[in-house]
Order: sequence, then C-alpha cells, then structure tokens
Amino acid sequence: MSGGEDFRVRVVEAENVTPTIRRLRMLRCDGGALPPYAAGAHTVLTLETGGPKLRNAYSLLGSTLSGGAYEIAVLRTEASRGGSAFIHAAVGVGTELTLSTPVNLFPVHHLARRHVLVAGGIGITPIAAMAAELSAMNAPFELHYAVRDEALGAFAGDLALRHGAKLRLYVSRRQERLAVREILQHQPLGTHLYVCGPERMIEAVLGDARAAGWPEDSLHAERFLAPAGGEPFAVRLARSGLMATVGEHQSLLEAIEAAGVDAPYLCRGGACGQCETTVVAADGSLRHHDHFLSDAEKAAGDKIMICVSRLEGRELVLDL
Amino acid sequence: MTIPFRTETFRGDFTFSNSPAAIRRFPFPFDRDAYMYSVNIEQHVPGRVQTTTEFPIDIDEHYVAEMEDRALVLKADPLRCQSLPHMITAEWDLLELLMTSMARHYPDHFTLTCDGDRWHWVNRPLGIDQEFTFGEAATLPLPPMEYVTRQCQGDFCLLDQRDDNLWMDAGIVTTQADWSLDFDLGMNFIEWHGPVPLAHDLGVFDRALKFLMNLQQGRPVRRLNWTMTINPRLDTSPENYHLWGVDKASVTPENVGDKVHLRVELQALWRLPRSNAIVFSIRCYLIKMDELVTQKKWARRFHRVLRDLPPEIAGYKGLSRFRETTIDWLARHDDGAETSPGFGPD
Repeated sequence: MSGGEDFRVRVVEAENVTPTIRRLRMLRCDGGALPPYAAGAHTVLTLETGGPKLRNAYSLLGSTLSGGAYEIAVLRTEASRGGSAFIHAAVGVGTELTLSTPVNLFPVHHLARRHVLVAGGIGITPIAAMAAELSAMNAPFELHYAVRDEALGAFAGDLALRHGAKLRLYVSRRQERLAVREILQHQPLGTHLYVCGPERMIEAVLGDARAAGWPEDSLHAERFLAPAGGEPFAVRLARSGLMATVGEHQSLLEAIEAAGVDAPYLCRGGACGQCETTVVAADGSLRHHDHFLSDAEKAAGDKIMICVSRLEGRELVLDL
Repeated sequence: MTIPFRTETFRGDFTFSNSPAAIRRFPFPFDRDAYMYSVNIEQHVPGRVQTTTEFPIDIDEHYVAEMEDRALVLKADPLRCQSLPHMITAEWDLLELLMTSMARHYPDHFTLTCDGDRWHWVNRPLGIDQEFTFGEAATLPLPPMEYVTRQCQGDFCLLDQRDDNLWMDAGIVTTQADWSLDFDLGMNFIEWHGPVPLAHDLGVFDRALKFLMNLQQGRPVRRLNWTMTINPRLDTSPENYHLWGVDKASVTPENVGDKVHLRVELQALWRLPRSNAIVFSIRCYLIKMDELVTQKKWARRFHRVLRDLPPEIAGYKGLSRFRETTIDWLARHDDGAETSPGFGPD
C-alpha cells in the first residue's frame, strides 16, 4: 500500500547553495533510468540516520521528459527531526540512498489560461519546476518569489536568467513586500494560482485570493508538514494485534512502520488523505494536524491521519 | 515466444473463434455462483504464466485481426478517436507505456530502441518500421495516441485529473459494449457513470473515484467487467446499434452455443508520469457458449450467475431479450455439482 517502487540511488553532485540549502543530484545505482515526472512531483527519501529510520518527502527540482537524474534542495531547519540535518552533515557525493517513485499532488492545471506562481523561501523547489515546464510549453505565467535576503535566494539568479521579466523577486531585508492582492486584481478569468512556502505565507496568499473572489478550484497550494512532536503514547492495531509506542519525535506512521506494518501513505505531510485510518478507541484526545479532514470530521474523532496527527493521552486503537 | 496470429473476422461472416489454449486463458470474471457490483479493484501485478495478466499489456492470437477491425471502424467513423488539445502530453505518456511494455514482453514481435529522444519502433506482425522523435508529433504519421493504439489491442481512455475529479478528455474506443466516447468526451467520472443502476446507491463510484485520485505511478490496478454480445462483434457502439441491436432477437434454442458470447473486459488503470493523467484501458475478450462449456466449472457457474442476476442489472447490460433462452441452454450443462472457489477452470 505504501509508495510505488523504490530505487537505490547514488548522490553524484552535492553542494551547499547557501549556508542553509543543500542541493543533491542523484542517479540510479544500477545504471537504469529513473521514471520521468512532471513539475510539482515529490519523492520520498529513506534516510538511515543511525537513529530511527526517517522517510521525508522532497519536491523534485525541474521536470524530465525522459527520466535521468533527480535533484532536490533541502533546507536545514531549526526544528529538524534529524532528516535535513543528516542530509547537510552526512550526505555527499557517493552516498547511497533509497527514494520512491514520484508522486504528484501539486500538478499544473492543464486547462488554465494563465498561471500565477508564488513561492516563499525553500517553497521555490516545486514552483521553479512549474516555471520551467510552463516556459517549455509556451504557456503564459508569472513568477513571484519572496526571500529573506539575497543569499537565501540562491535560485534567484538562475530563475532571472531563464525567465527574465516574468520573475518578480521580493527581498524582505530590503523591505520589499509581496503584495498578493495587487497581483491578483489584474488577472484574467481562467487564471490559476499556485503557492508553496511557509504555512503562514500560504494561508495569507489563499486568504487574499478568496477575499478577491477567486474560485476554490483555481487555487493550488502544497504544504508538507513535519510530523508534530508530543508526549509518547501507545498505539494498538486492532486487526494485526500489534502494539507499539509512539515516541516524542516520532509520527504514528513511523511507529507503525517500525513495528513492521506496511501502512498506506503518499505525502507523509498531512495533505493527501491516503493514510486516513479509522480510530477504534482513543484513551485521550486526538490532536489533528492535517489539512485533509474537515473540521466536522476532526470533531467526530473517528478518523486520523497517521502521518502527522497524534494522541494526547495513553492509548490509541486503530483499525489496521 | 511466437504467437500464431489467426485470420478471422468480427463482422460479416463472423469467423472469430478461440483456440483451446485461448479458451483456457479466458479471463472468466466470476469467482462465485452469484454476481453483484463491487469495487473489485486489485493491483495490476503480473499474474500466472499464460494467463491474460501475465504481462501488463496482453497480446494474443487475435491481435492482427483486431487491429484490422479497428482500422475499419475508424475509417467509417473517425470520431471513435478523439483527444482534446491539453491531452497531448498524456498521449506521449501512453505511447511510451504501450511501446515499452509490448517490446519488453513480446520481443519476437516488437522492438523499441531509444537513443535519447530518437526512438525506433518495429512492429513485425503489422509490418511497421518507424523512426521518430519522442515529444514531436510531426515525426509520426498520426497523433501519438492514435498511432500507438492502432497497434495495441483494447480501447484506451485518457483521464485528466483536476478539480477533485477525473475527466475523459481523450480516447480511442472501437470495441465498446454499447457506450460512446463521442458522447462521454469531456465528462467527469460521476457523469459518465450516470446510467449505471444500483451502484450509485451503494456508494461504489464515490469510493472508486477517491481511490483512483490517489493512484500512483508504478502501481497500476485492474478489475474485470462483463456483459454479453450476440455474434462475435467487437464494435457494439450506440452509433451502430442499427447494425447489431437486431441480433438480440435472433437467438433461438438451436443457435445459443454459436451465437451467444460472454464479453469480458479486463480494465486497467495506470498513473502517467509527465501528464499526471490516468490511462483507463479496456481490453475485450469474447467467448461463445460452445467454447465456455468446454470448461465444466464455468458452464455450471455461469448458468447460476445468469439465472440469479437482478433484473435491473440484466436490463442495463442489455441481456433481457435472450437471457431466458440462454439460461435454458446452459441448464443442460449444469449438473448441480458444487463449483470450486476462484476464477480459473478446474
């Protein structure tokens, strides 16, 4: 149920684009071709950090017609659970990794008349791939990219070369503000909006678009949430009879996988709905962190997205 | 392994028939003595050797004859193949899927050589040798979907995914069981399933749509569907109802074995990599009652399925005119013994 085919890959290029962003380029160890993918796709990387095995989703840079190498850019975050820190510290040319067949939960809308792309910080990775794809298709688009300072806008120079006047850069250190309301005002009917970046930025951009009367179907966002931490609790799987403990920095999904159960997932970030699991009993209260369940479903308490959500309490019993 | 392709027709003199080997590998769709709708979807993984699911794309002894029949259908009605402009990337995805699968699993008949975007395709059964540039439609004599599907058994629909739904925005459909691509083109998943009775109330389509929206690249799925056709006719389209509808009244107790066919569709769904579209392939297999009853288990079981079928489903599948005559004929092949579990023959 979980993921498509996995591939062993070897890192063939590794560079720190900035002090906090590391770019990796990977090829298959056996010399075969990696599957082609389109802009917006992500791959799930399995990281043997020495501690618990981590599976993290990363957007793929660019798009490929015929497979070839995969590239990702990884931001070292303050609140890292170990994945990004591991990639920055221990992954270099020659490192072997396992990655999954790409999944695309953030595709370009093929009937849009025009595309407005908005990225903040490391959110540029899927957005830059979209810009490249739209440019190759000669589709009308504009690209708005907000960064904290020039150094963090490591991809800005390359984007400016490729897309010229279609790129608008906003550097917060220079007091430049991304004014979404003004951008949205002047778009023709049939325009679609795509946004990726920090959670607060995504909410603000979507809020502005809704306030301006944009239809929900024209708004697209991608947010991968890191699994929330919390107090450890027990999980019991009703069908398999297995018991496990979910650690402080571990997700329910990770704990279930560590117990040897192949649970379904796609995004591992609370967005896609694939890991929706029925709650049989909960001794404690559910802490929903996903973007998939409706408020009513969250309140009902009989479903949980095991990739990001958890229990505050003693024991959770799941229909798995 | 070289497949001995048959010379046969699916119209006019109806010379189509199955070899004993083809009968044994027929994808009989009933694993119990009753039938009801279900989301009977399973992973499209390789099945047993010499079954219709041994390879992702099944090529069999009817290949050449079916491709000739498809060419006749398209000549008479070009609207059987249509693609909206935004589906061109999905067309290339489909071409790659079919060519790579056919070349890998039937190397005696098909060869694909790729040097970057320079591709060379050889189809020996149809006498085709084509060099082209992947992604450049002008380098092929036909648009990519039509080009490759004129060389592959089965109907193919390309479904675009957007606005939390699937949209039938391209396809080639020449062997359909009384539905029309021209009518359904541009419809979404719920719309094109509109005419199906009972299943909506069961929530079958809502569950299936939710499942398919999360379909992954590299993990195709499949299901079997079935109906019945009088005479071995591949093209039972609404557009040609005036040609085949009258056949339903031609069934007599004497000709059931030769005229009445079980029609099984092996339907598979793949996520495509570049377009994020879904391929919905519908591969049609026909077997006449005389051939079916050579397998005792299938004779018994199909008699019971047909006898106990809810009238709404029999009506929707268009069986009402000849159902009783066929049940009476099949009853002679049902000794009342228990049937063994599973789909395959004993």
